[in-house]
Amino acid sequence: MKTTTPFAELDVVWTAMPGALPALRADVGAVQLSQVCQCVRDDGGRLVSLWGEDRRNQDGFRLCVVLELGERLLVVEHPMHSDVPSYPDLSAIFPSAARLQRATFDLLGIRALGGDARPWLRHCAWAADTFPLRGGAVVAAGTPPREPYPFIPVEGDGVHEIAVGPVHAGTIEPGHFRFSVVGENVLRLEAHLGYTHKGIEKRLEGMTLADGIALAARVSGDSTIAFAWAYAMAAEALTDTPVPPRALALRALLLERERLANHLGDIGGIGNDAGLGFGLVQFSRLKEDLLRVNAEVWAARYPMDALMPGGVRADLTPDGAQRLLDSMASMETELRVLRDIYDNHAGLQDRFMGAGCVTPALAQQLGVVGLVARASGQAQDWRASLRMPPYAGSTVTPVVREDGDVAARVDVRFDEAFESLRLCRHFLATMPAGPIRAQLGQVRTGHLAVGGVEGWRGPVLVGLRASADGRIVRCHPHDPSWHNWPAIEHAIMGNIVPDFPLINKSFNLSYSGHDL
Amino acid sequence: MLKMLRQIIRVGLVTQAPPVTDPSLLQTRLHEDIHRVFGRALCIRHVDAGSCNGCELEIHALSNPYYNLEGLGIKFVASPRHADALLVTGPVSRHMAQALQRTYDATPEPKLVIAVGDCGACGGVFGESSYASLGGIAQVIPVDVTVRGCPPSPTALLQGILSAVQRQPAGR
Repeated sequence: MKTTTPFAELDVVWTAMPGALPALRADVGAVQLSQVCQCVRDDGGRLVSLWGEDRRNQDGFRLCVVLELGERLLVVEHPMHSDVPSYPDLSAIFPSAARLQRATFDLLGIRALGGDARPWLRHCAWAADTFPLRGGAVVAAGTPPREPYPFIPVEGDGVHEIAVGPVHAGTIEPGHFRFSVVGENVLRLEAHLGYTHKGIEKRLEGMTLADGIALAARVSGDSTIAFAWAYAMAAEALTDTPVPPRALALRALLLERERLANHLGDIGGIGNDAGLGFGLVQFSRLKEDLLRVNAEVWAARYPMDALMPGGVRADLTPDGAQRLLDSMASMETELRVLRDIYDNHAGLQDRFMGAGCVTPALAQQLGVVGLVARASGQAQDWRASLRMPPYAGSTVTPVVREDGDVAARVDVRFDEAFESLRLCRHFLATMPAGPIRAQLGQVRTGHLAVGGVEGWRGPVLVGLRASADGRIVRCHPHDPSWHNWPAIEHAIMGNIVPDFPLINKSFNLSYSGHDL
Repeated sequence: MLKMLRQIIRVGLVTQAPPVTDPSLLQTRLHEDIHRVFGRALCIRHVDAGSCNGCELEIHALSNPYYNLEGLGIKFVASPRHADALLVTGPVSRHMAQALQRTYDATPEPKLVIAVGDCGACGGVFGESSYASLGGIAQVIPVDVTVRGCPPSPTALLQGILSAVQRQPAGR
């Protein structure tokens, strides 16, 4: 970890944050907030997350912004003392801040001065002058009628709109897509999300640190290990709890298997959306094999409750470890055969190549993250940069492709699946002995802690604050999809409507993780 | 093409027999029941009314070659207009309540509703009621069968679908 102070010219006082992530924290005024963000942007950094807090029982409202620069995170907190709290618009610096800012207003009434001011997460469940995350907020019973959402219209000769969702044709999550098209060509796509908003952040308030993980693990079911780990890491940072090395290795094993399961499912699904049913059959079979081994070893196909703050719930037996190794050997062989078939299937590659392109320049401008970013030339992977334990000793190299199309996103998944198999073997071979959990220590009251891991989709972050009796005061789980949803709207431009399912599947973003 | 054929032949058939909760529930009987109630294949429309997407992963798994749902005469369809049954995951977010109700209304009689997962049953970890969530599916539309689990396994889902069909009188 670097010990230099970033942006010495800004007169911001940084302190190291406790916990497994290399992170610095600072309180900043409104001007400094913009300056820090601009400096991070200029130095090639990214926005990770942004959320608000009502701390009027202490010192007013607060905005928390997490930034990523090089090999560490920068966490800035901006206190606001007004009853009409506001802060400078950051979306001109980080485009993906726009929706986070709109959500922050919907939930807390903290307004960005400028940028898009349309509601985002609020459709009709609560009134425009009610802010559910404010202390003492009372939301009227019943659901008021929906307000029409002001989509940005596209006008011109022959332009018409296609409205899709929230209930889609396939087995996927709900959201609304508004296409403006001429013939089959897409001129513009605008997504309207928030349909699965179920009040996760509000429900986390007041839970004990031990209980909160069950909810954190269900922010986005396909990333259950990533969210549970990020939450546990934040809780451990907040309580100065050293996690036993064996527990960390077991968590990493589970995270890599989650990556593998999702990549297998996606590669099959993307193949199917390009017309190759064979791919779906073969890869869904491999994924099922993996889930069945999970059920044998962890007693759950999706081990949603395997982690706990302080460690993990269940140990891995020698038999279980052997079962994992055996199953991975056959999986790797199958994966090589199938990759060869995908790579050499002319019809499939014809659909993949050039479809849904996000150029490296665009990816950089939009601030996309995770595997979508890596498929567009951005060498970013928290396992390689932040190197949270136990990844420090495993030397992960980010898998990068430059083309930014569906083919690149499939290729990154293939390479990462092999890398996950390698990492699983590494963690099994170097598995430390010893306990699998530790007792949580005393809460650092009032402090903000962050935890985060590189999930299969991208970086997952959890911000957490708790009271002295170990209850959650504020918890914000952040899904990488926030940064990548806007990129889909660019990726589809100039493509045809029938290619949208293929392009969308190649991103495979979370609705639930985004809507909270 | 040869490589694909070789892979298909090498893997062979992996499809398993459907789960048997009741000894009388045999595959031939199932086909008969589906035919008796609906007069054709059972068509299911999935609706995510606000889930965490965990249940969706297991609904997807029903179509993998191990469970081979279509081999049992059950298929997923793209519109409620084509559906005999709704497979609904929850909790029902307030933002999805209207869409769920409209999907239900658009489904022709006779129709079945299967509530999926602990959240579909009662709201699960997201609670029975909040400013943003209404809890279980039955809070919004009538439910015939509930399949608990977090997420429920494909076998449990299959059992739920089968028991919903078998509870139906002919020509409902």
